[in-house]
Amino acid sequence: MAEGIRVRLQQSGPIPLDASLQCTPGQVLALVGPSGSGKTTVLRAIAGLLRAAAGEIHSNSECWFDAQRSINIETRHRRVGYVFQNYALFPHLSALHNVMEAMLDRPAAERESRARDVLARVRLSGLEDRVPAALSGGQQQRVAVARALAREPKVLLLDEPFSAVDRATRQRLYRELAELKRDLAMPVILVTHDLDEALMLADQLCVLHQGRTLQIGEPYAVMTRPDTVEVAQLVGLRNVFRAGVIGHDEARALTIIEWRGHRLEVRLQVAFEPGTQVTWVIPQGHIMLHRRDRPSRGERENPVSGPVIECLPMGENVALSVAVNGLDRPPLFLTVPAHVARRNGIATGVEIGLSLLADGIHLMPSDDTRTPAKPR
Amino acid sequence: MDWSALTLSLKLAAWTVLILLPLGIWAGQALAAHHFRGKAWVEALLALPLVLPPTVLGYYLLVAMGSASPIGQFYESVFGKPLVFSFEGLLLASVIFNIPFAIQPMQRGFEAIAPEVRDAAACCGLSRWRTLWRIELPLAWPGILSAVVLTFAHTLGEFGVVLMVGGSIPGETKTVAIAIYDRVQAFDTAGAGVMSAVLLLISLLAIGAAYFTNARTRIRRHG
Repeated sequence: MAEGIRVRLQQSGPIPLDASLQCTPGQVLALVGPSGSGKTTVLRAIAGLLRAAAGEIHSNSECWFDAQRSINIETRHRRVGYVFQNYALFPHLSALHNVMEAMLDRPAAERESRARDVLARVRLSGLEDRVPAALSGGQQQRVAVARALAREPKVLLLDEPFSAVDRATRQRLYRELAELKRDLAMPVILVTHDLDEALMLADQLCVLHQGRTLQIGEPYAVMTRPDTVEVAQLVGLRNVFRAGVIGHDEARALTIIEWRGHRLEVRLQVAFEPGTQVTWVIPQGHIMLHRRDRPSRGERENPVSGPVIECLPMGENVALSVAVNGLDRPPLFLTVPAHVARRNGIATGVEIGLSLLADGIHLMPSDDTRTPAKPR
Repeated sequence: MDWSALTLSLKLAAWTVLILLPLGIWAGQALAAHHFRGKAWVEALLALPLVLPPTVLGYYLLVAMGSASPIGQFYESVFGKPLVFSFEGLLLASVIFNIPFAIQPMQRGFEAIAPEVRDAAACCGLSRWRTLWRIELPLAWPGILSAVVLTFAHTLGEFGVVLMVGGSIPGETKTVAIAIYDRVQAFDTAGAGVMSAVLLLISLLAIGAAYFTNARTRIRRHG
């Protein structure tokens, strides 16, 4: 039987769910999706704080929940480590006693020393006697992590654990979690709506929308090669267009598509028959700006051009919208460093050349509706 | 100064608190943590003694506990004496008219605990008892203390219900509130004044202690 946690949940209401995921020990699975997509609901169901109408939850060889066989193990017998969004520390107990409360199955004599060890592991030595109100947000988060780990859980559940701290603290906590991850021998499920966070910390990314798990895979793969237009939109890909498949050139490992009169060479994707309509997507990182002063070889790869219709400075970067073959059609979006924009004289109305790198162009089944899926 | 009336009042108040404390903790916790159909009606029923005129409540209790009622008959057959106009009858009435004073502050106390804190306790593997003892009771403590003080002080001062159900039997059902009324009726304003002052002092001390303790708890918890 597979190691780790396996979850399948289904229900039509009050919160619709059609989720299926698994996570092996030592792996971090990021559950991403917009607010209200059911991320926390899935976590609560795994912890047993909520009972789904149908489905199963298995942890290693233990069955925690099976609707059909009417099995529903109580939360306190499930051995989950849960870090709540607002930490949910026991406000009247010191950091030390917060952690000790999660170790009641250990002999009383060794609880305190072990709790101190766990607190030291999250760098809280010296603050053991403080109550949560006397700790900073980042320190509270660490107490919550320590308490969850002290339970020696079979699965660690993190519900947006970085949302309540400031940016600087968040960056530090990311590094700490990344370090901690190496020693963790249990599956970790991280709920977040921040894709960068997922990219940084997760081994697997699971996209959830309206309670449905749409795609699971290696984070970079999901974010650059989504299965459907819906996933593309959810992972923030803005360059989504339609095209026709012309044919495949297997010798050069390329598929040829036609888009707005351009023949684009894209990574070989034989699943799409010549003559069919497809939707294609390109992550911004695969769009190359042609430099005015120094043309390069890469410019021969799928060159397109058009006037800049929007030029939005965003700190160190500039967000550009480029009209390719007509102002009335959806533009191409790309972001370039501010100094590159300056050096190339990029401004609204200026004509620029771009290369769409073949390797970054990903094909998906044609999507005629283009509207978000309706709730089931 | 009618010492026996004062002692009786204190005894009645102490017993009322003793009975309502566990009952209030149970009901307050249940009402705070659970949602069920008809909850509003249950809460309304428990709050009824707040708005009912004491004489009306007293009248119904008198009828319900009298020798003609099943409760009164049952009590009489077991203990060999009537329930009304006895200390036990008075205590039963006192418990009933104090229900809102005991349950409501405790319910608010339990409601002030974030639901995730209860969830966290379950995730830590705490049993229901341990959660109640280690987490919920300490956190709901200000509400519980308020309930105890309110119930105690309210029992000392209750007049209408006591008169209806208990009458005014010295040493058995004549509480200090009744004794004050008695003294005024007998034009002994000095006696009434002393007893009133004692009652005022006890109430002030009780409520002051409660506020002081709650303020200290708040300071400790929120730095």
